[in-house]
Amino acid sequence: MNWRSLEKLDRRWLFLAMALLVAGPLLWPVGLPIVVSSPVQRFHDAIAAVPDGSPVLVPCDFDPGSRPELIPMMKTVLRQLFDKKCRPIVTCLWPGGPALVDQTLESVADEYRARGVPLESGVDYLDLGYKSGNEAVMVLMGQGIARAFPRDLRGRETRSLPILRDVGDYSSIPLLVSISGGYPGTKEWVQQVNARFHLPMVSGCTAVSAPEYYPYLQSGQLRGLLGGMAGAAEYEKLRGEKGSATRGMDAQSLAHVFIALCIVLGNVVQWRRGTGGRS
Amino acid sequence: MKREIPLFLTAVIGAVMVLGFFMPHPWISVPADFLQQSAVIVVAFGYVLGGANLLRVHLEAISRRERDWPYRIVLVAGLLGTVSVGLFVDGPGFQAQGARTMWIYNNIYAPMNATMFSLLAFFIASAAFRAFRIRTIEAGLLAVAALVVMLGRVPLGDFLARPLTDHAWVPAWLREAPLGTIQQWIMDVPQNAAKRAILIGAAMGVMATGLRVILGIERAYLGGGE
Repeated sequence: MNWRSLEKLDRRWLFLAMALLVAGPLLWPVGLPIVVSSPVQRFHDAIAAVPDGSPVLVPCDFDPGSRPELIPMMKTVLRQLFDKKCRPIVTCLWPGGPALVDQTLESVADEYRARGVPLESGVDYLDLGYKSGNEAVMVLMGQGIARAFPRDLRGRETRSLPILRDVGDYSSIPLLVSISGGYPGTKEWVQQVNARFHLPMVSGCTAVSAPEYYPYLQSGQLRGLLGGMAGAAEYEKLRGEKGSATRGMDAQSLAHVFIALCIVLGNVVQWRRGTGGRS
Repeated sequence: MKREIPLFLTAVIGAVMVLGFFMPHPWISVPADFLQQSAVIVVAFGYVLGGANLLRVHLEAISRRERDWPYRIVLVAGLLGTVSVGLFVDGPGFQAQGARTMWIYNNIYAPMNATMFSLLAFFIASAAFRAFRIRTIEAGLLAVAALVVMLGRVPLGDFLARPLTDHAWVPAWLREAPLGTIQQWIMDVPQNAAKRAILIGAAMGVMATGLRVILGIERAYLGGGE
């Protein structure tokens, strides 16, 4: 093998290889078998254990940068909740996210409406939209959801909405499902809401932030965890769905193997150069 | 007085917020709730201040023709254009489907934001090849753990490793997802232990700093170079 040419490899070849390895499986999926891990099983079971018809708080704190990882899990969460006749109450503490979150919520509600399930905004689900203040908003919601969000995303007075008729503060909500892309997100919901108001929580987050939440998972403060697209794909498998996370796992698989090869090859080239120099 | 009043306010507000966490008595909880609401309002004003500051900095740089000034024009035009469309064209319904602001969001902001994140894949591949050098035992351990976690997180990793573990002497719990099981152990045990240590250390640091601020020992936030 010509190691010298590898030493001087133009990084654009790496970019091209990565692009092909990601695009290929997206166009022609292979369908590799997915094994469900324990944190994902626990995430699914925690939502399944919520009494049917309950209001469930779903803070979706992300923006379009996290779309491929978090939108699939958000959709599956909403489907699981709607199947149980639960009433998701969605918020977003990221200024770049509310429109994307609302589009996703409405697209899932439209799926159900197309199947003849008459879901209505403000009755069966609610999008409270964005509010600035990060942790302060989380604590403020402990005094009353409608107090922290006097109007929803559509400008309606939240106190008059049927969905909030039996919802005061966190004590009337059995579960919080945090879909988190970073700060503010799962960590802050654990610290400000789980720790203070003892509201049970599960989290779906980006792969890069998942390791940060493992201590909360082990301590029981998080009852389940979906880490990135892999977690979303496992969750889709549990729910019997073949969504975009499942389709994306082939591409992510090849990208991971390629990066692993890059690490190994880069070091082999380095060692070859080192031993060549000594000889 | 210029320093004493902010120090006094910080001490009182800090103490009320800390006590509010532990004491539900109305004497504490009512002012704590009021301060929470005030914090939300102050943060909202921060956006106005941030926008004004951004305009000031970039307009000055454009007028002086500083480095990359044409890009600053794009930034200022983007800011003013989006705010103007939201305020004067769409009005209160700026987040409704079909609003012009939503067109800007869906067709400009969202793709650009997603593109920035997507570029990571290319740069990580390049960095993995050029920068991840195993020169010490610690770096070697890090590389092995990274490879196992990276491959164990995806189905292809287990698919590739299965022929190595598909033997009678390998425990059954390891056979179905060999790398997946090992990566889960790495995440649950060594990673978790290190992360917990970092979290506890950081939390103690935050508590110490908070206490210093409340007691007026830490004054750097007041500015003035002290």
